[in-house]
Amino acid sequence: MQASAHTDAHAHTHDAHHHEPSFLQKYVFSTDHKVIGIQYGLTALSFLLFGFFLMLCMRWQIAHPGQPVPLIGSLLEILIRNTDGTPLLAGGQMSPDVYNIFGAMHGNIMVFLAVVPLAFGAFGNYVVPLQIGAPDMAFPRINMASYQFYLLGGLTWFASIFIPGSAAQAGWTSYSPLASTIASYGQAFLLVGLVLLITSSLLGAVNFIATIIQLRAPGMTWMRLPFFVWAQFVTGFLLLLAFPPLEAAGVMQLMDNLFGTSFFLPTGLAVGGKIAEISGGGSPLLWQHLFWFLGHPEVYVLILPAMGVVAEIIACNTRKALWGYKSLVYSVLAIGFISFIVWAHHMYLTGMGTKISAFFQTTTMIISIPSIIILTCLFISLWGGSIRFNTPMLFALAFLPMFGIGGLTGLPLGFAAADLHLHDTYYVIAHFHYVVAPGTIFALFAGIYYWFPKMTGRMMNEFWGKVHFWGSFIFMNLIFQPMFFQGMAGMIRRMSDGGIQYAQKADAKLIGGLDKVYFDLHTVILWAAVGLAVCQIPFILNLFMSIYKGKKVTNDNPWEATTLEWQTPTPPPHGNFTKEPTVHRNPYDYSLPGAAKDFTPQNQP
Amino acid sequence: MEIPYTSKPRPDTGLYNAKVGIWLFLASEVMLFGALFSAYILLRVGAGEGTWPHGLLSIPIGTFNTFVLITSSVTVVLGWASLQVGNFGRYKVYQAITILCAFGFLGIKSFEYRDKFKHYEVWLKNPITVHQGGKEVQTDRLLGHIEYEGHHPYFWNTARLAGSPEIKDKNGKVVKAAVARVESFKFQPDPIHYTMSPKEMAHAKKESFGHPHQEIEIKASDVKRLSAFVPSHSTFFAIYFTLTALHGLHVLGGAIVIFYIWGPGAKMWKTDPQRYMNRVEVSGLFWHFVDLVWIFLFPIIYLL
Amino acid sequence: MSDHSHSHGEAHGHSPEEVSKHKKVYIAVFIALLIGTVVTVALNYLHFDSKALTIAIALFVASIKATLVACYFMHLISEKKMIYVILGFTTILVIALMVLTLTSYAAFPNGTVTH
Repeated sequence: MQASAHTDAHAHTHDAHHHEPSFLQKYVFSTDHKVIGIQYGLTALSFLLFGFFLMLCMRWQIAHPGQPVPLIGSLLEILIRNTDGTPLLAGGQMSPDVYNIFGAMHGNIMVFLAVVPLAFGAFGNYVVPLQIGAPDMAFPRINMASYQFYLLGGLTWFASIFIPGSAAQAGWTSYSPLASTIASYGQAFLLVGLVLLITSSLLGAVNFIATIIQLRAPGMTWMRLPFFVWAQFVTGFLLLLAFPPLEAAGVMQLMDNLFGTSFFLPTGLAVGGKIAEISGGGSPLLWQHLFWFLGHPEVYVLILPAMGVVAEIIACNTRKALWGYKSLVYSVLAIGFISFIVWAHHMYLTGMGTKISAFFQTTTMIISIPSIIILTCLFISLWGGSIRFNTPMLFALAFLPMFGIGGLTGLPLGFAAADLHLHDTYYVIAHFHYVVAPGTIFALFAGIYYWFPKMTGRMMNEFWGKVHFWGSFIFMNLIFQPMFFQGMAGMIRRMSDGGIQYAQKADAKLIGGLDKVYFDLHTVILWAAVGLAVCQIPFILNLFMSIYKGKKVTNDNPWEATTLEWQTPTPPPHGNFTKEPTVHRNPYDYSLPGAAKDFTPQNQP
Repeated sequence: MEIPYTSKPRPDTGLYNAKVGIWLFLASEVMLFGALFSAYILLRVGAGEGTWPHGLLSIPIGTFNTFVLITSSVTVVLGWASLQVGNFGRYKVYQAITILCAFGFLGIKSFEYRDKFKHYEVWLKNPITVHQGGKEVQTDRLLGHIEYEGHHPYFWNTARLAGSPEIKDKNGKVVKAAVARVESFKFQPDPIHYTMSPKEMAHAKKESFGHPHQEIEIKASDVKRLSAFVPSHSTFFAIYFTLTALHGLHVLGGAIVIFYIWGPGAKMWKTDPQRYMNRVEVSGLFWHFVDLVWIFLFPIIYLL
Repeated sequence: MSDHSHSHGEAHGHSPEEVSKHKKVYIAVFIALLIGTVVTVALNYLHFDSKALTIAIALFVASIKATLVACYFMHLISEKKMIYVILGFTTILVIALMVLTLTSYAAFPNGTVTH
């Protein structure tokens, strides 16, 4: 069994596994999709925590502008330095530069290093081959390379914070010319890291799609695939086809930054009051187009795997089949396709013509339809179920309204007229964070609690799981709900002083003024964020302690689920299945009339 | 359990794994080059009057390189066909030609690059009179070669003329030596400029054929801008170098893979011939794609 | 690991006659590509007055060459359905990228972008 799983023993016998793999072979340079999945997971969770830490510093600065960052201010003062070697956080205070650096890195890290690798790299890697009954990914060594490129890209970004002049400052969007006119190598590091990450996701996407097409077990027809696999399949295509234009753009911006080209720099560009010594003739809008061609599908890269996780958990914990499986599948395919032609709704304020605006408004409204179908199917799936309220189910249930809020508040942003008012305000921040933070991240927490027993053979602690859930649920909403009000009142984002300019005119009647209550909300948000941080402590402890101390599972299928990943030994050995599974039925055959138990696994005749 | 369909095709899809993999990869490559071609069109359409160079690349060299790449493409597919009838020796010969063509292509391309790095455009503060296309012309923009202290320098630009002081690090060690300021340099102007139409350029070239360059002396103080034909010269050269360098990297990568399969990896022909043929086919598909990109690159960059 | 070492040629099932027929096609395509290149370059030396015509002809010939390479060298003329589906989507998306980007660019009020 173990020896037969050698993937490519012909040409490269020297790197094939021996009977007793060394520590390095087993845990570091492993080609086993399960090990790679866990590597992705742990790395991504670390970056998630780091991105959260950057945000805490920013929220402190917003609520208490100019006051030294407590506890770690003096450490940051030593670590983060300007190009001339002077500290960027003099006296531990966050300068506007540092605010911009933390903002840019928070966005980039959360999207590219935390959520996508967790949703796609970790869960996709671990679960997809198991769910389709495959022994591994189609290309195990490419899979390993995918993780290594990801790690390298992530470390490049992390290291860039500590170079003289520190990291990129131009937001996760890296709009030119801003991104090409800041005198530090931060942006170059960002772009090099980005190219590495795109390489990683390209390798991953090719692998996932090829695996799902080619390695489905006998009897695992397309319409018998668990919804999670469908979600990952579509996500794979989004990564495969949306990322390359950003790679092209990244290379061009790198040329602008390092070789003095003018791809995105217009004629007559002035920097610091002087006409820049460049050829000019470039187009800043070209960057925006290429960036958002990735940027929008990327949103669905964040959300589709989360929907997949939630669907699995809901089916299992309601003990009934998902309502409208086919609608779910067609909707996810439709989302995948339409998500490629909505991108310029991020660009209404560039002054595009009304015709092209109308086109993108229309596609943007259309894409909300399949999203709502998915959400509706998941809600209806709850109807009449005998629901088990365990920790994974609580997170999965919370995902539904949270994603609902995030999605519906996006509609006004999809209309050019409403967007004129809301663009670049805190409303936008609240909107997309509702989708990604209480949305996707809750789904990912749900996934961790749900699949943990398969990975380790032990359960995570339910009590601390529930503490984690309720704390996170309350504080997440306390963080993001106030931002809707701030944004609708007109408070713009990306202000390093947290709104002193509003405070000085704390009179709603003045133009540019805001009622004091709106910036008092900053304090609420800060302490809610601190509360959220505290609520993650039980999770972190629970995650690591349960590996050794958790309650042992009594069988391979502790949740009594139907899909194939639960029909393997726990944890699954190299090669996954003791014998090739044959699939006889649909993915969610729960509570079949006349069946012996309330679940009938897919491989049961 | 072993990974299935590494050499035999899966019955329902009719494909083996690597074939699905390579086509997915190529799909992503289509998007990559598609985005770069979009950028090319957008930059070109948006270029201001007289800022989009044309006719500065050598068409004979480009045409020759096209032939080289087409040849390598046909030898790849002929080599694969030879393997199908079990003729390993013939395959070795064909694929050797492929690899030679690949490195020939890169060699020629690097000569082309080098040529550009010492070819200049100078923008003058005041127009001067030069001989172009059989007549005297007033112009403030000249293409040509620089001669300075007996050399044809590479990579000069406006800043280079002003020179730069010595740079020392904290310990007083010299990090960068001082560069002397340039007072004036000799310039051998071309008879053409890309502000002419293609027809005028062809005419000017014909008129000046056989005449030696008329050398002029240009004072650094008269120079508004100086740039070699490097990426920062203009958006044209920016996209030219980006596209061809990226394409060149693909040629290099493809050549290395084909070489590996041809040389050290050829043992597999004995142990698993079907899988070996698959590898040859898959690397061939990539190679044809690289050829296909060049088929579009050549006209849009050299000819149009 | 050894169960597919005997499967030489089986996957494609091409007989020597078929293969030699294919080789003739490859040579024919090769010659067509050479001719196409010569034609493009030769037409370029004619310097048509219409820029649009020059561009149209060059791209037309290039498209024919690309189609030949894709169909015969890359065997897309007789490929499996799955490959067509993948490439079909890719084609639609790359066209969407080009067309929508250029349209939105052209849709700006005159002069605000380029100068």
